[in-house]
Amino acid sequence: MSTEGHAGSAHAEPSFFRKYIWSTNHKTIGKQFLFTSFIFLGVAGFLILLVRWNLAHPGEPVPLIGKLLFGGSGAVPPEKFIFLTSMHGTLMIFFVIIPILVGAFGNFLIPLHVGTHDMAFPTLNALSYWLFWGACILIVIGIVMGFASPQDQDMAGWTLYPPLSAYAGPVMTWVLLAMIFVGFSSILGAVNYLTTIAKMRAPGLSWFRLPLTTWAQFITAVLQLLATPVLAAALTMLTFERVLGMNFFTPGGLELSGQPVGHSGGVPLLWQHIFWFYSHPAVYILVLPAMGMASDLLSVGARKAIFGYKAMVLSICAIAGLGFVVWAHHMFVSGMNPYLGMGFMISTMLIALPSSIKVFNWLGTLWRGQIRFDTPTLNAISFVAMFVIGGLSGIYMAATPVDIHLHDTYYIVAHFHYVVFGGSLFAVFGAVFFWFPKMFGRMMNETLGKIHWFLSFFFFNSAFFIMHVVGLAGHPRRYASIAFLEQTLGHMQWMNRMITYSAICLGLAQLVLIFNFFWSVFKGKKAEPNPWQANTLEWTVPSPAPEHNYHVVPTVHHGPYEYGAGNGKDWMSQVESAGAAPSSERH
Amino acid sequence: MSEAHAMTAHGADDRIEAFERARLGMWLFLASEVMFFAGFIGAYVVLRMANPHLAVAGQKELNWVLAALNTAVLICSSLTMVLGVNAISKGDRAKCRNMVLLTALLGSAFLVVKFFEYSGKFAHGIYPNTSTFFSCYFLMTGFHGLHVLGGIIALLLLLLGIKHYGPERYTKVENVGLYWHFVDIVWIFLFPIVYLL
Repeated sequence: MSTEGHAGSAHAEPSFFRKYIWSTNHKTIGKQFLFTSFIFLGVAGFLILLVRWNLAHPGEPVPLIGKLLFGGSGAVPPEKFIFLTSMHGTLMIFFVIIPILVGAFGNFLIPLHVGTHDMAFPTLNALSYWLFWGACILIVIGIVMGFASPQDQDMAGWTLYPPLSAYAGPVMTWVLLAMIFVGFSSILGAVNYLTTIAKMRAPGLSWFRLPLTTWAQFITAVLQLLATPVLAAALTMLTFERVLGMNFFTPGGLELSGQPVGHSGGVPLLWQHIFWFYSHPAVYILVLPAMGMASDLLSVGARKAIFGYKAMVLSICAIAGLGFVVWAHHMFVSGMNPYLGMGFMISTMLIALPSSIKVFNWLGTLWRGQIRFDTPTLNAISFVAMFVIGGLSGIYMAATPVDIHLHDTYYIVAHFHYVVFGGSLFAVFGAVFFWFPKMFGRMMNETLGKIHWFLSFFFFNSAFFIMHVVGLAGHPRRYASIAFLEQTLGHMQWMNRMITYSAICLGLAQLVLIFNFFWSVFKGKKAEPNPWQANTLEWTVPSPAPEHNYHVVPTVHHGPYEYGAGNGKDWMSQVESAGAAPSSERH
Repeated sequence: MSEAHAMTAHGADDRIEAFERARLGMWLFLASEVMFFAGFIGAYVVLRMANPHLAVAGQKELNWVLAALNTAVLICSSLTMVLGVNAISKGDRAKCRNMVLLTALLGSAFLVVKFFEYSGKFAHGIYPNTSTFFSCYFLMTGFHGLHVLGGIIALLLLLLGIKHYGPERYTKVENVGLYWHFVDIVWIFLFPIVYLL
């Protein structure tokens, strides 16, 4: 065994407040991010189910809760459509996926993976979480106001396109402020992660001995550091346009309910450029950490070294670099210069290269491995499969002429959810299961885990795959219902119902995860230090990881993926010196 | 685990490492600040190209003499800041205190000039909502002014804690210095593109 007998921390037990509320410990902050974003996952999923209900049964009352939420007959009023969808998108991106991937797993894993006691700036880390809480409060005010407000234009999509966003109802201002807070939180987090990984690696832990999870977090932090402030600038301008009457985005001649707005000279397209300059890198913020974690899970699950470690690292860097020069592929139908569109089309297609290198290497990792089909591995394999579908449908949209047909249809919705739900969230499910013992000292229930994985996988596909079909048939994506398109799309209504029922089941399936999570926190089987026989540093300390992680700084002797060494056990911890574990063939 | 390094008992090494970390953290933060202002400047460039006449009319209202004076003030303040950091690294705490105080005073002078500049605009009926040019003008110079204000507060905090700093411990002085130079450089970009070009 490589696990040295680490004694518990010698430090005095901190008070309840210091330990659970204003904690500067990276593990506590990671768990705080995890819990907070789970709550918003439920809220955001619920909001979109209301929209889905109206698409399946236009104008019919929502069962059980309709009257409570909307009054009247209990049907979803069409006026609420834009609020519900915009809030779903904003919450899922800024309050669920980014905080889970970066806030929760980044915080929890980075110091453990680099072999140090905490982040470089622990107080800044706590501040980053509490700024996020500020954002949570602001967005909850926005949600409540959105349900209560009589206005019909409370938001303008999660992309906040002006001029609509500049003149939408008051909910918009709260959302903008919330996003500015999230942005600050992200930037502070990124400064912390980069410094920790660059400066606090354990002796012997060279850059190319870092686990891919940490590499992905590092590159993600670079994206956050350089892209988020641009979004902050854009949000500031939009907020000032709303609050102080400045003008950046309102063109001349605009009328609102017959009244001239009185501004001239603003450029609405400017917003789209600045917004996507952030939000395209943000798409990679949403998926790169998931790629890193899935790589680790697959290598452990297949009992094999990751195939092409350096190619994996370099492709992460290439994806991030290219991610900065493809933003206008979101704007092919915006009316920008078609020649510009061509350049962005080519750069977008280039991203397929590093992405396929990654997929190839994941498959190479699984090839002829001794695959353990446990919950983390199943989820990680699902991640790869779903990412392939999402990636391939992305190539269609990268081509300008095809995109003009597909852009405002459900095809885009299907593509995006295959990458972010099918990709990122499945990796998150696997990662929660995999690192749960290190977080809480107990194992999650394997049977419930497999049930949750199967239900999620099944209902995810039955909900989102059909969206490709209705999208290609021309189902528009920004309509509250297509009842008035009866002649052209009426024959597809059964598909809309199937999508909705699958989505409801997908939502209900998450109750299994929640039950498994909380049941395991209290009643799960006690975990050993290294339940998965994994190599990385966090598995050399007891479960749950002690307050200061490492009693002594570990010394690293080799890379993180030395599996299948063949000396009686098929793994070799990063802290084992070569002499302690003789083996003939290693990478 | 014979090769393990003990966590503690490396006081001097720890301090140097903490210093390096803090400085890297500051550089990274400044990189994000550069992107923040880059967003504003990019928007300004696009809006100016869309409305060249507004910029021509707007710049006639701007007072480049006051702005040039402010540029000189800020450049001098960067010099005093460097002298302050240099002094503390050599152990001359009194000189460091004087230089930091001088930097804060020069920063305040900048804000006073800015105040007169802004009130001149308001007196002529020019507000942030007058045109896209003035929206950009107030946005960029306003956020720069807020950064100067933040810098002055940081400098005053340094003065309050000056007795804690010495040649072995001056991370905060160094970092406030880095921040102050950044604020200075932002102005050196803003001055020509807003007032002169």
